[in-house]
Amino acid sequence: MRIVLDRAKCTGIGICEALAPTVFEVDDHGELVVLSAEVPEDAQNEVTEAVEGCPTMALRLQP
Amino acid sequence: MSAATVRSLVVVGASLAGLRAVEAARKAGFAGRITLIGDEPHLPYDRPPLSKQLLAPGGPTDPVTFRSRAELVAELGVELLLDAPATGLDPDSRVVHAGGEDVAYDALVVATGAAARGLPGTEGLAGVHVLRTLDDARAVRRALDEGARTVVVGAGFIGSEVASAARERGLPITIVEALPSPLVRSVGADLGTALSLLHARNGTALHCGQTVAAVEGTGRVEGVRLADGTVIDADLVVVGIGAVPRTDWLAGSGLPVDDGVVCDEFLRAGAPGIYAAGDVARWHNALFDRSMRVEHWSAAAEQGARAARNAVSPAEVQSYVTVPYFWSDWYGSRIQFAGVATNAGHEIVSGDPAGDHFVALYREGDRLTGVLTLNGQRHVMKYRRLIAQRARFDEAIAFARTSVLRRSATTTS
Repeated sequence: MRIVLDRAKCTGIGICEALAPTVFEVDDHGELVVLSAEVPEDAQNEVTEAVEGCPTMALRLQP
Repeated sequence: MSAATVRSLVVVGASLAGLRAVEAARKAGFAGRITLIGDEPHLPYDRPPLSKQLLAPGGPTDPVTFRSRAELVAELGVELLLDAPATGLDPDSRVVHAGGEDVAYDALVVATGAAARGLPGTEGLAGVHVLRTLDDARAVRRALDEGARTVVVGAGFIGSEVASAARERGLPITIVEALPSPLVRSVGADLGTALSLLHARNGTALHCGQTVAAVEGTGRVEGVRLADGTVIDADLVVVGIGAVPRTDWLAGSGLPVDDGVVCDEFLRAGAPGIYAAGDVARWHNALFDRSMRVEHWSAAAEQGARAARNAVSPAEVQSYVTVPYFWSDWYGSRIQFAGVATNAGHEIVSGDPAGDHFVALYREGDRLTGVLTLNGQRHVMKYRRLIAQRARFDEAIAFARTSVLRRSATTTS
């Protein structure tokens, strides 16, 4: 599964970083950095939660 | 096990917590009947944008809805009962009264939220608004688009976001705050004052320690008279003085209420099958070992989901534990807070409270309990994690030093 980020929707609130810190990190400018575009084996649940928990619906998963 | 079999779930409150509740119940494999009851005519919509994007000049006027009616009804199999304010609860016969109907439940999630506090004596005066619902936001937006001279009562987060929207249009705006410094309860007096410097820098007048004596006008607001006699001309008054949990409909139900529906750590509300979530819920947060009620987006979302999972699988309840988190956008700057603010002292570990960026850490004894950032998006979640891990304050300070070092090493190389 790949993580797809819609930059137009993302406002850098950081819920995803809170849920899956090894995959998402907000930078100094408030921009989200996806640290691993491919969902890591050991972080499937957290990433799914992060995608579903995004307040601006900026994340989705693509097979 | 048969006593615990849940065949019908009723969720009262069709905002974020209520929506997440019905979604989570289905995701947990619950195949029974689900009814979602809401008092507004609208489908569940997102509230943070109401004081942000919906007030921006040229911004959208339609709400952000999470799911279409078809998705809710056909895909999730949810029966919608909208425009139907709940009026009563009978926990013995397990019935909710809403919109003139009696709705029976095996499990119930109370997610009726909070109502914005109004300014007594201003009822029926045009141009005076609270900002809680889509209809409120549209009315405020219309007034700002028409060039309203605005007075905001209360220097909280909502009022400050209204001020940002007014200044973005170059409109005159004054904030009147009754307390000597703003945001005392949310972030403490010192840092509340630090944040309020943003108002002065962006041309918003802020009067602290001033109460409103009267809102003047006949039929429509014309001005606001302060206790010291000053009159500020106004076409729009936005009242942002907090919210009260919507528990009035539970009167007589016997459900324990004390500034919110009183729940245990599992969000159980003290009567069989009843749970609460979101702004209306006061629950025991084991991480801080205290009773809390928070009006935050992420808590509403998470509690809604947790309450519903517990409600449909009462034999496998899990506690809800969180580091409260909220954000607010002022004049293009982002404020973020995680944890609880204490008066036991704080330390600035990055930036300057008088500038455009800072990170402040709060302590309680030797424990890290909170973090406040201004334009510190990179920092906030890292400290939130430390708070969740019950980190000591000195560990957090050490972390701050190493991350500052790491950063200067990368910027100089």
